Amino acid sequence: MSGPHAVLVEGLRKTYGTHEAVVDLDLAVAPGETYGFLGPNGAGKSTTIGMLCTLLRPSAGRAEVAGHDITREADAVRRGIGLVFQESTLDGELTAEENLRFQADLFGLPRARARRAISELLDLVELTHRKDSPVRTFSGGMRRRLEIARGLLHTPRVLFLDEPTTGLDPQTRVSIWEHLHRLRAEQEITIFLTTHHLEEAEHCDRMAIMDQGQLVVEGTPAGLKAVVGADLVVLRTDDDERAALAVQDRFGLKADTGPDGVRLRTQDGAGFVPRLCAELAVPVHAVTVTPPTLDDVFLHYTGRTIREADGPQQPHFGPRR
Amino acid sequence: MAQTEVHRARAERAGPPGRARPAPVPPGSAGGGRAARDLRTVKVLWHRETIRFSRNKLRIAMGMVTPLMFLLVLGTGLNSAMSEDSLRDFRAFLFPGVVLMSVQAPAIAVGASIVWDRRSGFLRQMLVAPVRRSAILVGTCLGGATSGAAYGVLVLLLGPVADVPYHPQLLLVLLQVVLVSFAFTALGVAAAVCIRRPETFQVAVSLCMLPLFFLSGAMFPVDGLPGWLGTVVRLNPLTYAVDALRRTMPGDGATAMGGGSVSPEWWGWTPPVLAETGLIAAFALLSLTIATRRFSRVE
Repeated sequence: MSGPHAVLVEGLRKTYGTHEAVVDLDLAVAPGETYGFLGPNGAGKSTTIGMLCTLLRPSAGRAEVAGHDITREADAVRRGIGLVFQESTLDGELTAEENLRFQADLFGLPRARARRAISELLDLVELTHRKDSPVRTFSGGMRRRLEIARGLLHTPRVLFLDEPTTGLDPQTRVSIWEHLHRLRAEQEITIFLTTHHLEEAEHCDRMAIMDQGQLVVEGTPAGLKAVVGADLVVLRTDDDERAALAVQDRFGLKADTGPDGVRLRTQDGAGFVPRLCAELAVPVHAVTVTPPTLDDVFLHYTGRTIREADGPQQPHFGPRR
Repeated sequence: MAQTEVHRARAERAGPPGRARPAPVPPGSAGGGRAARDLRTVKVLWHRETIRFSRNKLRIAMGMVTPLMFLLVLGTGLNSAMSEDSLRDFRAFLFPGVVLMSVQAPAIAVGASIVWDRRSGFLRQMLVAPVRRSAILVGTCLGGATSGAAYGVLVLLLGPVADVPYHPQLLLVLLQVVLVSFAFTALGVAAAVCIRRPETFQVAVSLCMLPLFFLSGAMFPVDGLPGWLGTVVRLNPLTYAVDALRRTMPGDGATAMGGGSVSPEWWGWTPPVLAETGLIAAFALLSLTIATRRFSRVE
């Protein structure tokens, strides 16, 4: 059954009582691909990862990860995947090296190979100089790097990253991505990640937008932005209402007014601005032109911006007591 | 069509994939089958617990405070109310209970660490490892039992204070301590697996431990209790742990406090030490089974 996919999902569904966390999900990820799941909190991203990692049992549907069925061959799936969770999952009492050795032992790596892999990975994530420090003394970025190293220890075919840079400062986020890119250059590994940071989705070969348990749209970041197509032009004028009407009359473009000024969309934003300023009777103070962003893509497909959709809800694994 | 796909898949798995990385770990690569892997898992988890235990010196010291308080302060504080002789008797009587008390601290700590592991996510990291979950729990309990035994040894070294001489028989006592420690840890782990919030766990533990101790015969002879409390005492697994320790311990703690036996009786029959030990073992297995069933459930 091991097809040419790193991840293959068919009609996957997870319900908690009457709440449908994931609804009829279908997707396929090719080996070596970096695939991103974009969506607000509570969209079902973590629940999906939980099922693909054999931590949650699907209510319906099936999935194959690293060539094995997630329910019938859970152990084989577990050997084929690496995992980095949203929250830190290291043992703070143990040193960096001990944390890695613990994982190597759990996965039954032969001693010599484990030793080699541990020292190589500590090098890769630049933590060799701190290998003997207890992990509780590490910063958030160092922990995340160590977790990525741990996720790679048993040379998985698929690396799952659940919100890999949540809670990290922008600088650290950049450095984590540098590490991930280096990793992809050095090993042919499939990366499956979830995020609610739009910038992060730009790193993906292909991405899907998930909202309310459903896959809304799937494609390359560039392709998705091309669907939205037009550049966003925002004008600050003396009289936004009049300017918006004038834009609609003269150019036949739909324009909205908002707190940031007049917003309109057109194919060649930069080329359009001079004509606009010349023909508009209302004085213009400022113009900004922005190429389409993934936030626009999200808005286009769900009718909300991702920030609006971001609820406070956290995904959960089972009932809390 | 399907045929070619199968072929391709086989080729992918069998041949060198033509990239500079080692192949994924094949099942059971560290030699042996399922049993060997389970054994390795047990060892890894045991090792983790002992590292964690030995690294936290402060916790070791604090774990000794309560037993020492009971042995030295309670024993001495009653000085004014008791004659010199009966005070010595009471210390000897109290000693097995103090040993038990010292064993309880690491057991609860192991349970608490599971609750925290769950909160921190470390537990989930273990749950996605290709190992049997029962092996994870057995390893953890053995780790707790080892820490418990370490405390037990420290307290047993104080034996002479309570007129319990150094005697080869203490080795038998130590074996019992290991068993009781394992049972305690299994109970703590079972509670930890069922209770998910650290706060709830703390409350549950402190709510259970005190009555369990008071109604076990560790602090005072329970033969004077009214009937229904006597039943509670006989149902309390700790009763048998205390009594087994007391009867195995060198010295005369078992017949102290006026000379009569203080062992629990079933309709006039006193179960032998071996039966009591068996009861504790059965209790440990029961706790472990409950914990494993609960722990292995996939949601």
